[in-house]
Amino acid sequence: MTTLVDTKKLTMVQAVTDGMRVMMKEHENVIVLGEDVGQNGGVFRATDGLVAEFGDQRVIDTPLAESGIIGTSIGLAMNGFKPIAEMQFLGFIYPGFNQIMTHASRIRARTLGSFTVPMVIRAPFGAGVRAPEIHSDSVESLFTGMPGMKVVVPSNPYDAKGMLISAIEDPDPVLFLEPMRCYRSTKMDVPDGKYNVPLGKAARLQEGEDVSIFAYGAMIDVVTKAAKTAEEKGIKCDVIDLRTLYPLDKDMIAESVQKTGRAVIVHEAPGTGGLGETILSLINDTSFLHMRAPVERVTGFDTPVPMFALEDHYLPSAERVVQAIEKVTQF
Amino acid sequence: MEKLFPKMQIINENGEWTDETYRSEITEELTKELYTKMLRSRLFDRKGVNLQRQGRIGTYVPFEGQEASQIGSALAMGEGDWMFPTYRDHAATMTFGHSLKTLFLYWKGRQEGCVPPAGKNIFPPAVPIASQLLHATGTAWAEKLKGTDRASIVYFGDGATSEGDFHEGLNFASVFNVPVVFFNQNNGFAISVPIEKQMKSKTIAQKAVAYEMEGIRLDGNDVFAVYFHTRTAVERARKGEGPTLIEALTWRYGAHTTADDPSKYRDQNESAMRREKTDPLLRLERFMKNESMWDEKWAEDLEASLTAEIEEAVKEMEEMPAPHYNDMFDHVFAQNPWPIDSQKEAYAHSRGDR
Repeated sequence: MTTLVDTKKLTMVQAVTDGMRVMMKEHENVIVLGEDVGQNGGVFRATDGLVAEFGDQRVIDTPLAESGIIGTSIGLAMNGFKPIAEMQFLGFIYPGFNQIMTHASRIRARTLGSFTVPMVIRAPFGAGVRAPEIHSDSVESLFTGMPGMKVVVPSNPYDAKGMLISAIEDPDPVLFLEPMRCYRSTKMDVPDGKYNVPLGKAARLQEGEDVSIFAYGAMIDVVTKAAKTAEEKGIKCDVIDLRTLYPLDKDMIAESVQKTGRAVIVHEAPGTGGLGETILSLINDTSFLHMRAPVERVTGFDTPVPMFALEDHYLPSAERVVQAIEKVTQF
Repeated sequence: MEKLFPKMQIINENGEWTDETYRSEITEELTKELYTKMLRSRLFDRKGVNLQRQGRIGTYVPFEGQEASQIGSALAMGEGDWMFPTYRDHAATMTFGHSLKTLFLYWKGRQEGCVPPAGKNIFPPAVPIASQLLHATGTAWAEKLKGTDRASIVYFGDGATSEGDFHEGLNFASVFNVPVVFFNQNNGFAISVPIEKQMKSKTIAQKAVAYEMEGIRLDGNDVFAVYFHTRTAVERARKGEGPTLIEALTWRYGAHTTADDPSKYRDQNESAMRREKTDPLLRLERFMKNESMWDEKWAEDLEASLTAEIEEAVKEMEEMPAPHYNDMFDHVFAQNPWPIDSQKEAYAHSRGDR
C-alpha cells in the first residue's frame, strides 16, 4: 500500500519556514520572536511571509537585544506560549548566554518540574559563506555541555522541517542550529503538512564496512564527497549524520564502530572541547575492544574562525577527511 | 531629578500623616495586617541569621530593614499574578504565599525551597542579577496576549540597574506595553559598593523616563506609601496602561549575606541611627500609638504566636528526610536522556543501591 503525500521542492531555509508555518497553524500558542523576523522575513528569509499570515502579535519584531529576546521568551514559555526565538547568527547569541545557562536550561530542575521552559532557539551558524567577522562561529559545544539543553543540527531540507516540528513539540528548551551553507545549497522533496523527524536519532546516509564517519550540518556535504573518493580507492564508509548533538545517538554510533572498527569524526568547531571528544569517549565507553585503529578527528582549529579570506583553510575539507580515512584504514 | 521624582510618603518617621489621600482605607484592620506581616518577616529573618550562625542552614541573605518595601508591594498583588524575587525578598514571597518552611528549605540548600505552592506563580529567587526582569516581562506579556488582567511584579536592587538585562527588561516592557511592575529596592549598597559609585543618576526612578514609562520614587520604609502606590501601578498595568518603575528607598541593617561583614565598607553607626529613626516597624508602631490602635498585650501575644509559628517551620524544615539523589537526575528534562540515565544508574551502583 502506498500513501500519497503531496510534496514540494524546498531549500532548507524554505523548509524551516514551512515547519514554523505548519506548527503556527496548528497551535495558537506558537509565536516567533527575533530581530527583523517580521516585515523583513528575517535576514535569511527564514520567517518570510509569516507576519502576513499570522500577524504581528505572533511574529514579533523585537528590539535588538539577544538577552532580551531569550529572557522574555523564557517568561512567555513559562506562561503557556511556545516561543521560537531567532538569533540572527549563532555568533550573536553570546549576550543571551546567561539567560540560557542560568535560566532556560535549569528552571525545570530548579523547581523540580513546577516551571518549565518549552522554547526553541533557532540560530544560523557555521563558516563557508564568506560572511563578515563573528558571523561564522560554530560554538555548539557551549550548549552540548550545558545541562538541560537539547542541541540539534539538520543537514538537509527534509530533516530541517521534521526536526523543527519535533523541537517545537519538545517540552524542553531546544537549540536548533541551521548550517548557513546548507540553507540554499540544495532542494529536496519536502512533504506538505506535519511530519516528525525524531530528536536524538542519527541517520545513516551510506552503508559501509570499513570506516565509520560521524559528522553533522554543513560537514555532511564534505564527508559525502570524501566517502565517494574513498570508495574509488576501495574503502567503504559508513556515513552517519548525527543530527542531534545532545543527546547523541549512542546506539547508532556504537553499532557502526563495532562493525567497522575505525572512525573519523568531522566537525568545523575547534578540536579542543569539540563534540569529537564526546564521541571519542562514547566510542571508548561502548566499543573499545572493537577498535582496530585510533580514532581520527578532522575539525576546525583552536583559533577564532578567521576572516573569510582564510576560512577555506579553517574548514575541514574533503581532502583532509580522505587523508584521515586512509590513516585509519592503513593503521 | 529629586524634584521631578519626589519621595512619596503617607506617614513620616514619627508615624504622623503626611498625605491623607488614602486615610479612609487605612483602617485598624489593614494596619494590623501590615504590622503582623512585617513582624512575622522580621522574626523570620532574625531566625535565619541565627540558624546560619548555629550551622543549621547555609549562607543566609538578611533583609531586616526592608520589610515595608517587600510587604507593601507584595500585598498589592492579586491571585494569579506573577512574582519574581531575588534572594533577599522572602518578606515579599511569604506575603504572596510561600510557606516559611519552604523559605528555610531554600537556605538549607534544598531544591524544594524553589517550589512554589500550588497555584502560586512565584519564581525561585533569581541569583544572577537583573536577569529576572526579562522573565517578569515575558510572563506579563503572555498574560496580555492571552487577554487576562494579570500582572507581574519583579524585585531587584540598586546594583541591578547597572546590568544590561535591567535596561532590556524595561525596554521590552515599554515597547510591548506589558503589565509589569519593576520594583526596585534601593538600599544604598550593592554588597559593598555605594550607590554613588553605581550610578551618577540622582534617582533610579528617573531611568523610567528613557523608556517613556511611569517612574515613581517612594519612602520604602513607609508601608502605606509602598502598598498604595504599588497598587496604583498594578491597577494601571491591569488596565493596559503599561509598566511602572518604582524606586523604594530603604536600608538593610545587616550584611549582604551572612558571609560578609558590613563594617568593612559602611559605618554601622548609620545603621544603628536608622534603626532608631527610620525603622519601618517602629514607624508603624508610632503611627498605631498616635491613632490609638496600639495595644501592648496584642503586640506581645502577636510576637509570641509568630515566634511559635517560626519555630514550628524550623522544626518542619529540620525534620524533612534528606533529599534523594534522584531529585538531581530526574528533573533536568521531561524525560531523562540516556546520558543522565546511565550516570544515575552508575552512581546508584557505586553506592551499592542496585
